[in-house]
Amino acid sequence: MNTIPDFTISPRIDQVGVEERASRFTKRSIKNETKINGLKLALNMIDLTTLEGKDTDGKVKQLCYKAMHLHDVYAGLPTVAAICVYPSMVGVAKKALGDSGIKVASVATAFPSGQSTRDIKIRDTKFAISQGADEIDMVISRGKFHQGEYNFVFDEIAAIKEACGNARLKVILETGELGTYDKVRKASDIAMYAGADFIKTSTGKISPAATMPVTLVMLEAIRDFYYKTGKKIAMKPAGGISKAKLALHYLVMLNEVLGEGWMNNEWFRFGASSLANDILMQLMKQRTGLYQSGDYFSND
Amino acid sequence: MSTKRLTVLKTYKIYIGGQFPRTESGRYYTATNAKGEHLANMCLCSRKDVRDAIGTARGAFGGWSARSAFNRGQILYRIAEMLEGRKAQFIEELMLQGSNKAAAENEVTLSIDRLIYYSGWCDKYQQIFSSVNPVASSHFNFSALEPMGVVTIVAPQQYSLIGLVSLMSPVIAGGNTCVILASEVKPLCSVTFAEVLNSSDLPGGVVNILTGKVSELLPHLSSHMDVNAVCYSETNATAIKMVKENASLNVKRTAIYENEKWMDEKNQSPYYINDFQEVKTTWHPIENIGGAKAGY
Amino acid sequence: MAVKKNTLKLKFDSSRNLAPALESKSVAKIAERYDLFINGKFEKPSSKKYFDTINPASEEKLSSIAQANAADVNKAVVAARNAYEKGWKKTSPKERAKYIYRIARIIQERARELAVIETLDGGKPIRESRDFDVPTAANHFFYYAGWADKLEYAFPNRNPKPLGVAGQIIPWNFPLLMAAWKIAPALATGNTVVLKPAETTSLTALKLAEIIQEADLPPGVVNIITGAGATGAALVNHPDINKIAFTGSTDVGKLIQKAIAGTNKKATLELGGKAANIIFDDAPLDQAVEGIINGIFFNQGHVCCAGSRLFVQESVYKIVLQKLKDRMETLIVGDPMDKNTDIGAINSKQQLEVINKYLKIGQQEGAEMFQSACSIPKKGFYCRPTIFTNVAQSNRIAQEEIFGPVLSIQTFRTEDEVIEKANNTPFGLSAGVWTDKGSKIFNMTSKLKAGVIWANTYNKFDPTSPFGGFKESGFGREGGLHGLGAYLKV
Repeated sequence: MNTIPDFTISPRIDQVGVEERASRFTKRSIKNETKINGLKLALNMIDLTTLEGKDTDGKVKQLCYKAMHLHDVYAGLPTVAAICVYPSMVGVAKKALGDSGIKVASVATAFPSGQSTRDIKIRDTKFAISQGADEIDMVISRGKFHQGEYNFVFDEIAAIKEACGNARLKVILETGELGTYDKVRKASDIAMYAGADFIKTSTGKISPAATMPVTLVMLEAIRDFYYKTGKKIAMKPAGGISKAKLALHYLVMLNEVLGEGWMNNEWFRFGASSLANDILMQLMKQRTGLYQSGDYFSND
Repeated sequence: MSTKRLTVLKTYKIYIGGQFPRTESGRYYTATNAKGEHLANMCLCSRKDVRDAIGTARGAFGGWSARSAFNRGQILYRIAEMLEGRKAQFIEELMLQGSNKAAAENEVTLSIDRLIYYSGWCDKYQQIFSSVNPVASSHFNFSALEPMGVVTIVAPQQYSLIGLVSLMSPVIAGGNTCVILASEVKPLCSVTFAEVLNSSDLPGGVVNILTGKVSELLPHLSSHMDVNAVCYSETNATAIKMVKENASLNVKRTAIYENEKWMDEKNQSPYYINDFQEVKTTWHPIENIGGAKAGY
Repeated sequence: MAVKKNTLKLKFDSSRNLAPALESKSVAKIAERYDLFINGKFEKPSSKKYFDTINPASEEKLSSIAQANAADVNKAVVAARNAYEKGWKKTSPKERAKYIYRIARIIQERARELAVIETLDGGKPIRESRDFDVPTAANHFFYYAGWADKLEYAFPNRNPKPLGVAGQIIPWNFPLLMAAWKIAPALATGNTVVLKPAETTSLTALKLAEIIQEADLPPGVVNIITGAGATGAALVNHPDINKIAFTGSTDVGKLIQKAIAGTNKKATLELGGKAANIIFDDAPLDQAVEGIINGIFFNQGHVCCAGSRLFVQESVYKIVLQKLKDRMETLIVGDPMDKNTDIGAINSKQQLEVINKYLKIGQQEGAEMFQSACSIPKKGFYCRPTIFTNVAQSNRIAQEEIFGPVLSIQTFRTEDEVIEKANNTPFGLSAGVWTDKGSKIFNMTSKLKAGVIWANTYNKFDPTSPFGGFKESGFGREGGLHGLGAYLKV
């Protein structure tokens, strides 16, 4: 058995140092075939997301169609990794995606605030699973976390993990509400030891959402967990990654922190809605040599 | 039967580690006045005395440099108090060595005042010479002074008291320890000054005072590899060259004072303290989380 | 569970090698031959001799550089003396400032050209010359320019006066930046200059000469003469020099200190180092690992303040070593002109031989050597990033300055023990401390005998920040307010 660490003490993070390191990844110059391969990989790692109060069956269906037909614009492109929706839309998405191989991820556990009872959170999760969700994106109880009730947070994640059955569990830390990198690190450790398959930065509802330094802190937590236990945990930065260039910076970071073993969509995802289009535009620019206009790429 | 009382003559010994040993060499030389009359037998120190004194000064450095600046200031003040109390003896010795009464009095009172002057600087020079440096990254960066370590000092031959006090005070005010070779030609009050030091709360080993020949000991004072800085204050081109050459053996710092008039108040300043200080610059990151900036 | 602790290794697959991203050489205008810059003009050397400067990354010749002999040195010193007596010392400080500002501005304008030439001539990664060397050089001129008319505030009541002619000798590790460190404060304080760059890296100093011409600095205020050790010795021994500023090895520094013993020349010496970089178990470990990497592999380890002695507290030794080795695998060694290169070429064949000698010594002494698995180019001078474990304090690789990408690692248990080990060296240039505990930082930073101490960071430089060593690492400070004193009578 792994010994569970004392979450009241976690490895320290120096803010200036981690931000300096994160900015170093952006100095890598990604060119030619490396760029094309990187863009395709990034596309394949996207959890194409719509999480709005005004989501309708129609909107979700359009999104699913787009997810399956990226290669219409540019032959040979992979699909995105998953569609990410609210539990009520899981059934619609599942049906629309059919046997495309694209997974359906559902947020759950009183997303985005998580301010509800454990019972309701478990039922929320089970409902999404019953609708066919392949992956569950839960939120942690940030209030309890800030109160220092780390065991509560831990137990809740473990309970949701149990409710997930075979579905993979992504644990959203909502780093924008945690305040410091030290707390991001601590929350990452709690989530991983409690059974998370993924750790994820943000709901997309709070600013700041994903940043490179926050993601770096989480990747390093994953690395330490792997060193200790031999178990791989996947990573999902979400929110605020809308440009292809930034996505490439993230991939450089992933490659240089966790290495080849994580460079696929089983172990890394981008939670994004508009990133796909920017990647398509960049790929088209690489192919044609012309800078592109948004008018030529459908907005779904 | 004669009733005339025989005067008890003083044995002048050296001062190492708060003790008054004789030179390990067992040699002596004779201090005389201007007319060549015998004044006293002085220890003719050897290179081994130099070695012992430097070792002792090194041992005392950690403790002395770790004293609070305020405490060092108090001790320098105490030295001045002790000197004030024994003024008469110093005037007498200076006169034996050739000063007239007025000059001797003047030299002693100036010496007392100079000790007070540097006593006051002990907890102030740092603020004069330190800086907070506005670097262009998110770091707090400051430069502060630290004592160099062990300093060897050749005291001036003339003005044997004020010269010694003028060189010693800034060195120890700044947290260094030292080995002083007293004036060869006028050594009496140097040894007596050691007695003042010894009754002044100054920890043993901070100041060590030797007597002997400059020509014999200067090569060792300047070449010893555990000495951080050497201070010389005569106009003697050959000696200065030798000091500087020897200093290069371990990149010693040298302070050469050729033109100083120690009786002049112009020749007291915190810059003499600064001459025996290293500048240490320290960096540390400054956390600046998100939007947490001062709003006013 | 079957998994053994601390044995897992991440895979950094070479199949994901980045496509080449070469900086263009077209901006670098390198002449076939460079003469000596004396009295505002480029003059042929009276020696009539030239030597080759090569690109250490390809071993190809870049240009021919004039070799100054004693007569040339004399000419340069005479020019500097005349410029000092007849003009520069009487030039109003605020005008002096404006000349220096001009130089700073032109360096910024020609930044790309300077970066490319610095990398071609010296072998350092273009990312470093572009992002560090050249901008920091410009910033130094900016910083000191502003001091020129404010000196009385730096030394209240002292009426500071320039020394006269400064002879300056700089090393090959940061050629342009060291020239800036030397020239900027000298000019701001009203001195004139004869500067000699290192013989393997003369080009950016000669480009700086062009910039100085372009800035219309009066002839003779800055003279740049090229050559090897003999040229430097002639400069040191010239009777009409008032100040020697030297950055280089401790051995040469001692020779200089001795050589000028019988003179009134003032000196600033920035010499070698063997810095301790100390990691406590409560440190931010991932940032500390970056600090180790930056400490020893920055500029191929050709850094006098490199953190070449690593001390790790025993309780975190295994994890730090594991992280360090994985991190080393991600370092890209290769063509310095590639924007992705982390470690470029070793500056010269001679230096590569020195480094290789120490690699042998380390192994012979029983230390365990680890190098990253990266490929290195066939041509040119390269060394893989290297660490030695199982090192004893008495090993030569733990005592002597290697000046390459070679780290020796020791462990410690207590603060007292590591302070003693860290200070147990004749050097005292810099040190690093990593711990999250503030009171421990202040204990360490006050007890370590070094002129620059980085706490929870490493290898940071800034024009406002004084730099220089304790003990055999030299004396005097460069940078900041304290850098002014070295060029003034106060």
